[in-house]
Amino acid sequence: MPGPLVVLAAAGLLLFLLPLAGLIARAPWAEVGPALRAPETATALGLSLYCSLAATATALVLGIPLALVLARTRGTLRAVLRALTTLPMVLPPVVGGVALLLAFGRRGLVGAPLYAAFGLQVPFTTAAAVIAETFVAMPFLVIAVEGGLRSFDHRYEEAARALGARPWKVFLRVTLPLLRPAIVSGAVLCWARALGEFGATITFAGNLPGTTQTMPLAVYVALETQPDAAIVLSLVLLAVSLAILVGLRDRWLGAP
Amino acid sequence: MHSARAAALVAALVLTACGGSATAGQGAASAKEKLTVFAAASLQPPFDNIAKKLGQMTITFNYAGTQTLTSQLSQGAQADVFAAADTAHMKTVENAGLVDGSPSLFAHNRLEIAVEKGNPKDIRSLSDLARPGIVVVLADPSVPAGKYAQQALARAGVTVHARSLETEVTGVLSKVALGEADAGIVYISDVATSGGKVDGVSIPDAQNVIADYPIAKLKGTRDSSAADALIAYVLSPQGQQILVAAGFETA
Repeated sequence: MPGPLVVLAAAGLLLFLLPLAGLIARAPWAEVGPALRAPETATALGLSLYCSLAATATALVLGIPLALVLARTRGTLRAVLRALTTLPMVLPPVVGGVALLLAFGRRGLVGAPLYAAFGLQVPFTTAAAVIAETFVAMPFLVIAVEGGLRSFDHRYEEAARALGARPWKVFLRVTLPLLRPAIVSGAVLCWARALGEFGATITFAGNLPGTTQTMPLAVYVALETQPDAAIVLSLVLLAVSLAILVGLRDRWLGAP
Repeated sequence: MHSARAAALVAALVLTACGGSATAGQGAASAKEKLTVFAAASLQPPFDNIAKKLGQMTITFNYAGTQTLTSQLSQGAQADVFAAADTAHMKTVENAGLVDGSPSLFAHNRLEIAVEKGNPKDIRSLSDLARPGIVVVLADPSVPAGKYAQQALARAGVTVHARSLETEVTGVLSKVALGEADAGIVYISDVATSGGKVDGVSIPDAQNVIADYPIAKLKGTRDSSAADALIAYVLSPQGQQILVAAGFETA
């Protein structure tokens, strides 16, 4: 590899490494024990894991069919659908949160009739946190699965159909298993994005310990008054993220 | 050799960009006096007005919850003047050795219940906030307004289960203005300057809390005389009038 490219690559690596090194080096290791045992830490972590997993599950149920539709349309329709599904990725998360409020809030497009008919308010609930996380994270899954579909060998599906399998069976027994690497890598990205979501959550769902205060929100609030606790929470999040990413590795992300 | 030249060019551009921004700052200072002011979120309406009156200065405001500003200053953020919504956070900044001289009390504020326009849920007092079905939003206890709200509720003997704890008092106001919350506890000044988007329900003095707002010049100031001039204006009759018009009480 040419010398200058190596230098640039090293600079890029440093950009990732230095903040992590700073976090680990400046962590108040003496306080880690008590901070970890504090009930607030467990509450925030538990809520974060629950919401991010729920968001990923929702993304799988809604995103895989969406990716299938995307892969099978052409022309302008495809361009429009593509833009819609990738929009949450480029939209600033707080803007996403405002948009969710205007759609599902008590005066929102869908939220107003919901409130008038059932007295149901979406913001300030854990469901709202899940919706916010799904909104920002699902595009990752859709893009990954759509990518998998494009490098697909359709002859397997055709063979199954030719042998008399019904569409639903083709989907479950042929399409899905062949898509497994794309689905898994997309789901991991989706879950990681959902876990780290802040702007849309705090704007749409609010900030209440135990209900909507996920780890990123807990870190943000703690940073102002108890910086040491915030650093410990950050370490916990880092450790959990690393554990899952390392644990999955090529075993699940490799080719079928 | 293309890759080597391209890399050198990129490196040169990056370095000039970094160096250029430093020199640009020095060059522009000659025209107008420039100040950076960290001020509590509730101070935005009156301080924006004060900035307009002081046309000879270009003032950049950083409005946020007082606890956020305190944290930023402690982490080394550069500012000329700090205006806080409570004396406790100003004390923290003083203890960190960041204040030049001593702070001056420049205004007071009191709490008020913000409700949706027209008060559809008929909220008349703090105890009404505990009614089942009322959606209440408060500022987080780490925010001065949130701390004061807890004190007022304690004085009134009311337990409220807030649905969200906002990180700045203006967040509480906006949740009520957006129609997501039925009520929130904010400052009188927030309701006064909301442009009619929310209605206010007053809190009796016996339950209410008086917020003390201190202002101070910071040691990191780049224009000491301009900072002094701003603080003097805030404390002057004209400045106090602007604060009163925004719903504050004089020092």
